[in-house]
Amino acid sequence: MTTEQDKILAEVTKGEYKYGFYTDIEIDALPKGLNEDVIREISRRKGEPEFMLEFRLKAYRHWLTMEAPKWPHLKLPEIDFQDIIYYAAPKSKPKLNSLDEVDPELKATFDKLGIPLEEQKQLAGVAVDAVMDSVSVKTTFKETLAEKGIIFCSISEAIREHPDLIKQYLGSVVPPNDNYFAALNSAVFSDGSFVFIPKGVRCPVELSTYFRINARDTGQFERTLIVAEDDSYVSYLEGCTAPMRDENQLHAAIVEIIALERAEVKYSTVQNWYPGDKNGKGGIYNFVTKRGLCKGDYSKISWTQVETGSAITWKYPSCVLMGDHSSGEFYSVALTNNYQQADTGTKMIHLGKNTKSLVVSKGISAGRSQNSYRGLVKVSKKAENARNFSQCDSLLLGDKCGAHTFPYLEINNNTAKIEHEATTSKIGEDQIFYCNQRGIDTETAVGLIVNGYVKEVINQLPMEFAVEAQKLLEISLEGSVG
Amino acid sequence: MDNAIKNIIGRDISLSTLFEENRQTIEDSSSKVLNNLREQALEAFLKLGIPSNKVENYKYTNLQPYFSGDFSFSLNAPDFTGRMEDIFSCDVETLDSFTIFIVNGWYYSNNGSALLPEGVRVGSLAALAKEDPSFVEKYYGKNAPWLSDGLVALNTMFARDGFYIHIPKGVVVEKPIQVVNILLSEEPLMTNQRNLIVLEENSEARVLVCDHTLSSDRFVVNNVTEGFVAPNARLDYYNLQNQHNATTQVAGLYVDQKENSYVKTNNLTLHTGVGRNNIVLKLLGKHAEGHAYGLYLLDKNQHVDNFSFIDHAVPECFSDELFKGVLDDHATAAFTGKIMVRPDAQKTNAYQTNNNLLLTRDAKINSRPQLEIYADDVKCSHGATVGQLDEEAMFYLRSRGINKDEATILLMYAFAYEVIEKIKMDPLREQIRSLVEKRFRGELDKCHSCVVCGQKGTGNTSCL
Amino acid sequence: MLSIKNLHAKIDDKEILRGVDLKVKPGEIHAIMGPNGSGKSTLASVLAGHEMFEVSEGEVLFNGKDILEMAPEDRAREGLFLSFQYPVEIPGVSMVNFLRTSLNEIRKYKGQEPISASDFLKLMREKKKLVDIDSKLTHRSVNEGFSGGEKKKNEIFQMVMLDPKLAILDETDSGLDIDALRIVANGVNNWKRPDNATILITHYQRLLEYIVPDYVHVLYRGRIVKTGGKELAQELEAKGYDWIKKEFEEQV
Repeated sequence: MTTEQDKILAEVTKGEYKYGFYTDIEIDALPKGLNEDVIREISRRKGEPEFMLEFRLKAYRHWLTMEAPKWPHLKLPEIDFQDIIYYAAPKSKPKLNSLDEVDPELKATFDKLGIPLEEQKQLAGVAVDAVMDSVSVKTTFKETLAEKGIIFCSISEAIREHPDLIKQYLGSVVPPNDNYFAALNSAVFSDGSFVFIPKGVRCPVELSTYFRINARDTGQFERTLIVAEDDSYVSYLEGCTAPMRDENQLHAAIVEIIALERAEVKYSTVQNWYPGDKNGKGGIYNFVTKRGLCKGDYSKISWTQVETGSAITWKYPSCVLMGDHSSGEFYSVALTNNYQQADTGTKMIHLGKNTKSLVVSKGISAGRSQNSYRGLVKVSKKAENARNFSQCDSLLLGDKCGAHTFPYLEINNNTAKIEHEATTSKIGEDQIFYCNQRGIDTETAVGLIVNGYVKEVINQLPMEFAVEAQKLLEISLEGSVG
Repeated sequence: MDNAIKNIIGRDISLSTLFEENRQTIEDSSSKVLNNLREQALEAFLKLGIPSNKVENYKYTNLQPYFSGDFSFSLNAPDFTGRMEDIFSCDVETLDSFTIFIVNGWYYSNNGSALLPEGVRVGSLAALAKEDPSFVEKYYGKNAPWLSDGLVALNTMFARDGFYIHIPKGVVVEKPIQVVNILLSEEPLMTNQRNLIVLEENSEARVLVCDHTLSSDRFVVNNVTEGFVAPNARLDYYNLQNQHNATTQVAGLYVDQKENSYVKTNNLTLHTGVGRNNIVLKLLGKHAEGHAYGLYLLDKNQHVDNFSFIDHAVPECFSDELFKGVLDDHATAAFTGKIMVRPDAQKTNAYQTNNNLLLTRDAKINSRPQLEIYADDVKCSHGATVGQLDEEAMFYLRSRGINKDEATILLMYAFAYEVIEKIKMDPLREQIRSLVEKRFRGELDKCHSCVVCGQKGTGNTSCL
Repeated sequence: MLSIKNLHAKIDDKEILRGVDLKVKPGEIHAIMGPNGSGKSTLASVLAGHEMFEVSEGEVLFNGKDILEMAPEDRAREGLFLSFQYPVEIPGVSMVNFLRTSLNEIRKYKGQEPISASDFLKLMREKKKLVDIDSKLTHRSVNEGFSGGEKKKNEIFQMVMLDPKLAILDETDSGLDIDALRIVANGVNNWKRPDNATILITHYQRLLEYIVPDYVHVLYRGRIVKTGGKELAQELEAKGYDWIKKEFEEQV
């Protein structure tokens, strides 16, 4: 770990958003705007079965009756939903059989991002489903996984080839009318990933998806569905970046996870969408609905997220603990700098007996940013012996930013044991001086201390992701110390 | 009760219409300083209304049903002139205090003029507004949110009387000032009492407000108390709530604190129907210290919602909060603790804890400990727990020969003690201690006087 | 090696150092003693560059360089080490990571290559023996949950790891039991070479039984009012500080 960290420290370079380059490839896009015809066209271009079109239209009609939520602790500019392109696909060969067929520009982009698309990376044990704008480009490792009965493909492909699974599970955890952005996503989602782990199978590699918003004015509405059957295990990684753009771009994803009996799903996110520039211009609006259903007894869903990007983040990866003895975890690092706003946290809904949940949230605010933890722990009347522990810490760097904690504890069963703790602090001047006295300059010292502060969460990430996450934290903090 | 306005079955009248119908009467018998705010308060109330649970600050207590229905309205002072001793005996018997009575929100006309230290004024707000309007004007409506909270707006529309306490510069009032709020009516009644507490520089006072119901009718109480604590002044404020199950009480306490001032509030809910306490401490001067404590012991269908807001507006202030609750039967409770640290309020220290014990399957608690922080050099923490009596401790006591019921009482008492020990008035602490113990032993059940339900504490039917 | 001339320093307009003069040559051990509040810890902090103190007058040359304008980290990189009276806890940052970052920063300053992981671990193993520090401690977060004695031992361990030119030990003996004191003293004695120097800041003579100083200075009211050999420490132990105070006042 130490070696990596030092490498990272050495690699930290001056500069603004590191991933702000734009891939010049042909885009096949629909015109701006949203109506039923656009939805029909999306569905048609993707060659979807009829039930999918119905699903979309129903969601769209419901969305029209809804209003954008106002309650989060965010300053939210009006979004013009008619000014967004809802479908943008790179023009490419329809089907790719080997790496050589991938558009070289595209490959170069992924190389720059450091996505392990190459063979040697496969040896490192990572299978990648890369989603650029809206269409899944290339899925590696598929054959190896297929042998075990694991399905890992784009959601479009899954809709065409596994319609029964899609019919059974899509929208079963996040119904299309769940919330404003979920309804919008359900109507217009263009691509995403589908994972199916059959009974008794432990997925041998980390499954990974890399999302990237590329085209101008496009919204990204990806959709991820993970189904883990009895006694199965999978660890899924999601990384997100977006090139630098002045216009705000909308990202409204849905992730649904279903864990059946004794199944375990680990879902890790490193989110580094373009946060806007130093003056708060541009950046991604990240409005995401992530929810896992611990449907079976003894099932477990664990969310880990490192959020350093986006102008506005609004997401609450949640666990519905339905099965008896099921458990949910939420580990989060949210870093905001400059004018970023984050309102993030989790919901732990205890329904079954003997359910457990753990929340560890570490917020870091710098610049003029606002960082809120908002979380719900709900214990229903029948949830005997529910246990929850929540720890929400905030670290403030500078006196112009804000750190807020809004936990909601709703306890309807007397056998519950619920503990919530929160602290707010800043990096002590004595800590900095101590590091200085040992020859470490202030910026490096802040990096060290911040990495120490978030360690508990970073440790939950697979090694490769952990390294990236640490790097991101340091890049995101640049210029915040002074 | 001829002078009360009736809002009876068959006459569907809104509170604002009720106000407009009686506005002339209210304003004619009130002084200008109180009348000045009524129009704007009405406008605000028309906009806000009684908060439902859709209002974020009232999320866990929908007050609308409790503020509708049939009740008369306390528009003029009740004609009760009998001896207080005949109808009321204090639970805190041995307390040596200056005691005044308030009946149905009106200053009791026969309150004696106890020997107060020189310059100290305690009396009727209505009278003060007539005698010394410039004093009242300086404070009235200056810190209660009467334009943004529907209930404070309602109070400001109807406000006529209540108590005021004025401690001049440098005076330390050793004896506690006890205010006994009595509700006494032969029919359901709504009151809007308005109080004012002013402590000038370097002064010190302890105020104990006791809330009692002396008749079994339904009461809807909407109290607002505004407090102003000047530099170096010190206020200890205790509110002891002991009302029957058919009471709905909203008690707002809004205090402005200047530099080096010290305020401690302690809300002790022993018994009520539906209670909502709004405790707002604004720390407006450096080194101000605010402490908000609370203990709620609930059973049957009682519901108490403690909402506190500690506003660190300037640097170098300190605040500490501790609220503990024990919930039995079908009781439900809510807690919201909001700590706000404004930009540049550096070197703030703010701490907050909420602990709850759920004793039965049907008890419920909603807790929202919140931090909103806009300055970096601060030390803030909050914690909330929900749990049961410690089984290890229970086993330990039982292995020492203490039976389960007794051990339960002991452990509940131990749980509550942390709040009780914050009471710095020795005789009061001792009395509260024994009241709490009585309460846990079921010896302080207001329900014996309650003809509405007439049930013991464990049934399923609602008292309201 | 170190030359302090007429050093004045204040905090919040309160003058604490009022003209300190001190010269330290390579190979020497100096002890600075004095009653509480005489400015001993302030002197250590000012030399290390703590921003809380404002230097209003005077000069400090370290190996010929004026260090008063230098950032604390550059002073450290020049070879000045302060063993803190109250070492700071840094949660989540492992000792190994911390020390390695520190060592490499110092090496970088000197134009040296970063130390390899294996060399670093070898170095740690070697130096650990010097101060008898538990291996578990180096895997924990910096000073977090350490006992008082462990913290002090850890400071000495860092000293021998970083191998500075001048070590200033601020009340390193306080809070130590006799065994820990011996370990700390051994660490310092073993580290001593003709090319390095140590300043011991202490209230008691106790530490000086284990680390024998070449010079003993008495700091009083922000000035060095008396300098002698190790026997001065014994005299102070026997007679207390009152006679120094008296002597000083007579001078004034």
